[in-house]
Amino acid sequence: MNDFAIEAKNLTKTFGAFTAVDSISFEVSKGEIFGFLGANGAGKTTAMKMLTGLLAPSSGKAFVNGFDVYTESEQIKKSIGYMSQKFSLYNDLTVAENIEFYGGVYGLSSKMLSKKTEELLRSVNFTELKDSLAGSLPLGWKQKLAFSISVLHNPQLVFLDEPTGGVDPVTRRQFWEQIYEASDRGITVFVTTHYMDEAEYCDRVSIMVDGKIEVLDNPENLKRSFSANSVEDVFIALARGAKRGDS
Amino acid sequence: MSSFRGFIVKEFKQIYRDTRTLVVLFGMPIIMLVLFGFAIRNEVDNVKIAVLDLSKDEVTREIIGKISASPSFELNGYLNTYDEVRDVFKAGEIKEIVVFGPGFGKKLTRNGTADVQIITDATNPNLANLVQAYTSNILRDYISEKANQLQISRLGIAPEVRMIYNPALKSVNLFVPGIIAVILMLVSALMTSISITREKEMGNMEILLVSPLKPIHIILGKVLPYLVLSIVNVLVILILARFIFDVPFKGSYLFFLLEAGLFIMTALSLGVLISSSANNQQTAMMISLAGLLLPTVLLSGFIFPVGSMPVALQFISHVVPAKWFLIIVRDIMLKGSDIFLLWKETLILMATTMVLIAASLKKFKVRLQ
Amino acid sequence: MPAVEVYSIHKSFKKVQALRDVSFFVKQGELYGFIGPDGAGKTTLFRILNTLLVPNKGNAVVLGLDVVKDYKQIRPKLGYMPGRFSLYHDLSVQENLEFFASVFGASISENYELVAPIYSQLEPFKNRYAGKLSGGMKQKLALSCALIHKPELLLLDEPTTGVDAVSRKEFWEMLGKLKQKGITIIVSTPYMDEAKLCDRVALIQDGSIMQIDTPANVVKSYDRKILGIKSSQTYRLLKVLKQYEWMHSVHPFGEYIHFTEKREQPDVQALQSFLVNQGIGDVIIKEIEPNIEDSFMALMKEEAAHE
Repeated sequence: MNDFAIEAKNLTKTFGAFTAVDSISFEVSKGEIFGFLGANGAGKTTAMKMLTGLLAPSSGKAFVNGFDVYTESEQIKKSIGYMSQKFSLYNDLTVAENIEFYGGVYGLSSKMLSKKTEELLRSVNFTELKDSLAGSLPLGWKQKLAFSISVLHNPQLVFLDEPTGGVDPVTRRQFWEQIYEASDRGITVFVTTHYMDEAEYCDRVSIMVDGKIEVLDNPENLKRSFSANSVEDVFIALARGAKRGDS
Repeated sequence: MSSFRGFIVKEFKQIYRDTRTLVVLFGMPIIMLVLFGFAIRNEVDNVKIAVLDLSKDEVTREIIGKISASPSFELNGYLNTYDEVRDVFKAGEIKEIVVFGPGFGKKLTRNGTADVQIITDATNPNLANLVQAYTSNILRDYISEKANQLQISRLGIAPEVRMIYNPALKSVNLFVPGIIAVILMLVSALMTSISITREKEMGNMEILLVSPLKPIHIILGKVLPYLVLSIVNVLVILILARFIFDVPFKGSYLFFLLEAGLFIMTALSLGVLISSSANNQQTAMMISLAGLLLPTVLLSGFIFPVGSMPVALQFISHVVPAKWFLIIVRDIMLKGSDIFLLWKETLILMATTMVLIAASLKKFKVRLQ
Repeated sequence: MPAVEVYSIHKSFKKVQALRDVSFFVKQGELYGFIGPDGAGKTTLFRILNTLLVPNKGNAVVLGLDVVKDYKQIRPKLGYMPGRFSLYHDLSVQENLEFFASVFGASISENYELVAPIYSQLEPFKNRYAGKLSGGMKQKLALSCALIHKPELLLLDEPTTGVDAVSRKEFWEMLGKLKQKGITIIVSTPYMDEAKLCDRVALIQDGSIMQIDTPANVVKSYDRKILGIKSSQTYRLLKVLKQYEWMHSVHPFGEYIHFTEKREQPDVQALQSFLVNQGIGDVIIKEIEPNIEDSFMALMKEEAAHE
């Protein structure tokens, strides 16, 4: 079990008569960049919520960093980082205050924190912006900062929920370089995105359709088995067959 | 379907579907009435008192008889000397001691005045005030009766308005008008401003502004449903007050409804005005609560009489529309006053409303900036 | 007469300059795209076109009418879909459509033919609350609502943001059909790959337009040769490429990293041996056609250099 950052077996979530996530099974290896794709309403968000310990599954098993999602959600939360486009930074706090706040949430000591803050600001070239309000930064910068903060406490695994939506192409690529760098440091990355070219950056990709994981492989193999030119074509071929178009 | 009608239909559907808010809107007046009617009682009931009668004549006996006959008091014993007063209060059960001076009856029949002292335990000032007022009331009643018998015109004291029109000092009578004012502010101003800012927050206002709907249509469409809700609410409160709490209604219902309509207009235009300066529901709510509801509760005379406020606050209370509405409603319900007596308050309310409507129409933007 | 003419518009909010010196024109019946990231000024521009904002400088003429003076005449002729799909979540699909029809003084039946291709997909769910629809369906409903009064000009502000690839594809197919009916469409998007579906595009960044042309010409004007480079160790490859002496730009780009050299004619042999020397053996290098995103990034770099 310790070889996997995430291990899910027949993981299911039902809301009344509706099966949002339908018995999905997959493993994410440590240090991997795992792309979690699916159409709107395919069940991605629900699956993510179960894996981050926010939502109890209806049935099935899942372990995140070796912790059981049913009973050890507190340990899971401590061992993961999370970032999404919707929830990232406090606009009315400065860059440094944001870092301080999240560092505090994850229980970093103040000595550790000031060291980390400096490191982080240097790594994203934010040192002069330390005291500017996060809200005044361009979106792309905010996203880069939010990502750095989400891995501030050196989690073993980080969840990124559509991290690059609306970001300009240059910053988007800088963002991916950050992801590569984190992965290089051994952090496992679990990412969802609507940019299909980003799916190609992942080591492996799963595509969810109607609550089930339809395919899971590396981008190369996916394209080959669908004789497609890009992951986008694979995605469209699969998701076109989706029956449910709603969440 | 005309664009305006379509808009109104949509508004009603949305309100009707928002069950939670509806429950609050209709539950609130009922809960408030019950609270003020039953739970938060300002009247006095079976308060334990004692008497120190240094005169022990027929008159004091009669007065003591009257006091102990009142359901408000329970006579709990007699004191013999003045020195016992402190100890009795320290024991805590007795809240008031009535002291009749020596030769009370004789002095009263001869001079028309006599010494009576009412000592109250003021650890609970509200209760102390009320107990004292009740006792004085009983005393005055007795004295005026006596004055008639003796045909002494000097006897008797100028009556206090509050007691004459609300002889039992029933607090619910006073609170009903206040509750009406609060509910109208809540439904009309708060709900309207929230409903308009919600359109802004969701981005729908952009489409409405771009559409052929005129700004006045948008305002009216937002205001009309809450006008209806407000009127229904007023009627509900009135029926409850009348039939469950026996609150008297001496004036004309028609006049009352017209005045209520006027106050609803005031509140609605305040709501529209707030929504034009707030960009999200949260801000609208904060402005409505702090800027409208608090003054309506605290500065209108609903709970604290305007007359006993510091001068500065009294001055501010003049611009609180609820203050004028409260005077109007209390006078209609309890005194049966009509327009000839209330024209001044009505005029003030009307002028305020005109200014507010003009301001809100002017401030409502046809663009985003 | 062009559908839209805009002459050097400036717009700022407090300290932020949202638009600087923006000029363009859109032909009747054209499908015109504004391509740029969030914060580029797309929404501000759309709000000037739909008369909800007044520019600080410059002027704009929409359907022959001035956006400031004649805003009342312009408004009914527009179909506008704001960035967040402005639907009423507590009204059903059908009620939403009815509402927007009635507000614009139209009825569903008289313009049904126009929305039918889109709305027919929603009809099985017509009694469902709009709040319960998926992103893709909300987007279709919002488009139906913007169309129901048969506008002459459609302004669609980021209609595909946050919507999955399939719905996006379907959406663009619908726009193609609407264009055939002669409706002028101006659409904005942060997804660069959608540019190729427009007749003409304006690339916008930081409040100014960097380039206006057909998608094909935008790509053609990109003058460097791009090498696509692939290896199993993408991150190492990125790092190593950045150290190469002739490196001009390195961007991860899907399967292949896009790489350009400072010199006009890149030397593939030299690059290959450099990479092998650095320990990246499994490398594949091939010449790659540039796309809009390459152009956009090159233009961004130029703009930055000017400042």
